Amino acid sequence: MNVTGGSVFQVLQSVLVVLIAPLMLGWVNQCRAWLQNKSGAGIWQPYKVLNKLFHKDVVLAHGASPLFRATPYILFGCMWLAVGIVPVLATSLPFAPAADVIALVGLFALARVFVSLAGMDVGTSFGTLGARREMMIGFLAEPAMLMTLFTASLISQSTSLVTIVETLGQRELVIYPSMAFAAVAFLMVLLAENARIPIDNPATHLELTMIHEAMILEYSARHLALIEWATSLKLTAYVAIGIAIFVPWGIAAAGDWAALPLALAALALKLLAAGAGLALLETVSAKMRIFRAPEFLGTAFLLATLGMLTHFLLER
Amino acid sequence: MDLPLIQAAIQPVDAAVTLAAAWIALGVIGLAFMRAPQVVTGIVFPAGALVSLALAVTGLWAISASPSSAILPAGLPDLPFHVRVDALSGFFLLLLGGVSFGISLFSAGYFRGTAAATLGLLNLQYHVFLASMAFVLIANDAYLFMITWESMALSSYFLVTTEHHDEGNRKAGFIYLLVAHIGAIAILLCFGVLDGGRGDYTFDALRGADLTGFWATVAFLLAFFGFGAKAGMLPLHVWLPEAHPAAPSPVSALMSGVMLKTAIYGMVRFFYDLIGVIRWEWGLTVLLVGAATSLFGVLFALMQHDLKRLLAYHSVENIGIILIGIGLSMVFIGSGHLVPGVLGLIAGLYHTLNHAVFKGLLFLGAGAILKSTGLRNLNEMGGLIRYLPHTALYFLIGALAISALPPLNGFVSEWLTFQASLQAPLLQSSVVRSLVPIVAAVLALSGALTGMCFVKVYGIAFLGQRRHEFETAPREASRWERAGMLWLALACFALGLLPVFAIGELNKVAIAITGIGLGEEAMASGWLWLAPTTGAQASYSPVVFLLVIAAVFGLTFLVVRYFYHGRLRRSDPWDCGFPEQTARMQDSADAFGQPIRQIFEPVYRIRREIPRADDREPVFRQSVEDRHWYAMYLPIARFSEFLSSRIGKVQQGRISIYLLYSFLTLIALLVFAQ
Repeated sequence: MNVTGGSVFQVLQSVLVVLIAPLMLGWVNQCRAWLQNKSGAGIWQPYKVLNKLFHKDVVLAHGASPLFRATPYILFGCMWLAVGIVPVLATSLPFAPAADVIALVGLFALARVFVSLAGMDVGTSFGTLGARREMMIGFLAEPAMLMTLFTASLISQSTSLVTIVETLGQRELVIYPSMAFAAVAFLMVLLAENARIPIDNPATHLELTMIHEAMILEYSARHLALIEWATSLKLTAYVAIGIAIFVPWGIAAAGDWAALPLALAALALKLLAAGAGLALLETVSAKMRIFRAPEFLGTAFLLATLGMLTHFLLER
Repeated sequence: MDLPLIQAAIQPVDAAVTLAAAWIALGVIGLAFMRAPQVVTGIVFPAGALVSLALAVTGLWAISASPSSAILPAGLPDLPFHVRVDALSGFFLLLLGGVSFGISLFSAGYFRGTAAATLGLLNLQYHVFLASMAFVLIANDAYLFMITWESMALSSYFLVTTEHHDEGNRKAGFIYLLVAHIGAIAILLCFGVLDGGRGDYTFDALRGADLTGFWATVAFLLAFFGFGAKAGMLPLHVWLPEAHPAAPSPVSALMSGVMLKTAIYGMVRFFYDLIGVIRWEWGLTVLLVGAATSLFGVLFALMQHDLKRLLAYHSVENIGIILIGIGLSMVFIGSGHLVPGVLGLIAGLYHTLNHAVFKGLLFLGAGAILKSTGLRNLNEMGGLIRYLPHTALYFLIGALAISALPPLNGFVSEWLTFQASLQAPLLQSSVVRSLVPIVAAVLALSGALTGMCFVKVYGIAFLGQRRHEFETAPREASRWERAGMLWLALACFALGLLPVFAIGELNKVAIAITGIGLGEEAMASGWLWLAPTTGAQASYSPVVFLLVIAAVFGLTFLVVRYFYHGRLRRSDPWDCGFPEQTARMQDSADAFGQPIRQIFEPVYRIRREIPRADDREPVFRQSVEDRHWYAMYLPIARFSEFLSSRIGKVQQGRISIYLLYSFLTLIALLVFAQ
């Protein structure tokens, strides 16, 4: 890998993912509309919403602190960094060694803490309610997430996503039982962390059931736009981590121009499939009460632990 | 030219002894100038801070220098004091000096306005406390170690009871002293076991002792218990949440930031150096106790609304995290895997340093809040970011650091602990192999819970609407106080952003005590990339984190301004259109912990008073208590009261009875001592 090629791929991947992240959200929403026998707003709708929001004037609550105004930018920065590190298109990117999967979890935690703090900043009842619930989901999801990643890292003996992709991408199509457990656990964590059904409903402003929406209630215009964009980036980043760990085939090496078209096509296919799958899941399941979340995420944790034990018992 | 000569003439040990003596001298000087409080706060405390800085430099120097020892012309005639500074002592001297520098600066501002009589004594105890800790770290015989260990406990006892007019503080001081002495007895017994009746109590002799398996385990258990009592390990943690809130804030910062670390020093010194041969079963004990301690600490921290009590419970949690690192290291070393063992040790020591820095900072922040608003109860705070913007910024840095968020320092050490636990597949025993990742998951859980707890603290204290009507608006901390907090905040950044340097130094410490360091690859990636094993296995670069986030922040800001606009208007909060919004509609600190109370209910002992439907003035009361008091401490207290009441019968208070006792004793001695 030459340095220039690597840098070009790095920029290409970062920009591409940031640009297509709202499209991913649009696709999920469109699929869901189809599944519900509606015509839907079209896959480009998130871009229109973003554009509209950027044009509006910010309405800021009296007493909002600088932290409130800085948070959307910090959040956007965290998510951009995440999609720059995860091997979406290519492995061995120059920034890839900046974080292994554990550091990525830390990065998402950083974003979550800032959003929660911003939710408490204005001092409204819904803001604090959302922050409390978000942190609750967060602490339940984090051990399950780490256990999943531990299990996934056992086969390649590495927590670096690049090494995981390279090890698993080379192997033949063998289904490891431990990876099957881990994949289910990861999916559950993905749903919880991205405020999707059954933990949270991104489409609702029904006051008492909100989590994520309650925290960002006071945001408007460009701040809201950045937060929405960051949310879609987070979803894309999580899907990309899942792809890298569980279905890594087709990801190119940085600087390998010949493999790029294949990598792009593979990425598009996987994202389309993931979005459709997500929409299907959200259509067939209902939102849980908030205090069912510990059971849901506890199950995820147990599945991941089972996966790890399976690896120790069967796959050595 | 002169430099080698100076180095040959002065050794780290001389510098350390001189500096510790300088602290005592400053304490006495402060007492002499009792009538002039401005001299004590304006000159003595800053001078003490300079001594701290010099000690930190000495510590850094000692990490790279070869061990140096000396015999002090003090102590009993045939029992002189032995002192020695090696890399391990050097590291802890660095911690002591570096952290107390910030705390002494802060104290120079914080104690301004304290009553003159109190201040003189406080200054003496404060500096004696610092000097005792320094001597504990450099002591090279059991005699000096125990004396300074005790003077450390006593001076901090007097500091805890500074405000002794309050009965609660006296009680807190008593519990502290009691647990400290139970621990000290265990340490004393451990010295006895290590010595084995040979009568030579220098560390060099103890190191050479060859213990059999059974006695080595006894020594391990005694040392673990004794130092655990000082560290606040489960179930000996009860003094921490009592003593820390009672002490003045800089003292709490010193106790939590530095004094607890002397216990960690003691553990490392005893397990790795004096006992010498580590067994993996010991490591597993330390590991499991550490995991339980960390989870317990954070669960109780989430239940608190007294800011300093909450921070005290977080000290319990962080001691648990440090023990997880050390326990991992002992498990690996005990099973013959030295390199992962060193990684665990480095993770534990790194977290020791990190915790000292950010917990010092947080206690100082709590002190700044207490001084300017008079509040310690979170439920009465709110919106303080408007009054104390500097303190708010420093506190935010401390809160992010303790929540183990990148790119600050707390994350680095937790990340290293995770990396060490990921080496678990190397272990032979399949039970331990599966236990280690589960402990790592516990670590992840307590890390995430800490994040929740500090969102609560920061969101309720600094953000939101104010819950308290101030008569005069709170004033921002003074320059000295801000300087102290700034120093520790910068240390959080430095330790977080440049971990490769810190690990380079810690590697020297590890080589000095275990004889082996991390592999060549670990340091090969350059200062930007932290890769403790190999780059292919795991790597992390906090500088890239910070730069990318900052760059995207700036870029997005400019792009949005350039392509769109920066228009903004102010209005009332929306809150889904609720018209009436009072400060009472925000979550209180207790409300924020409600999900935790519900999910982890069996852990707590909860008492609720729920008002009846026909109450005129309904009040909802709730208290959350520690089960250890009822399951362990109260039965022990009752039992010892029972015993002493029985033994009390011997004492009749009549001289003839006592003469009879003497007579009987003499007869017995005459009969049996033939």
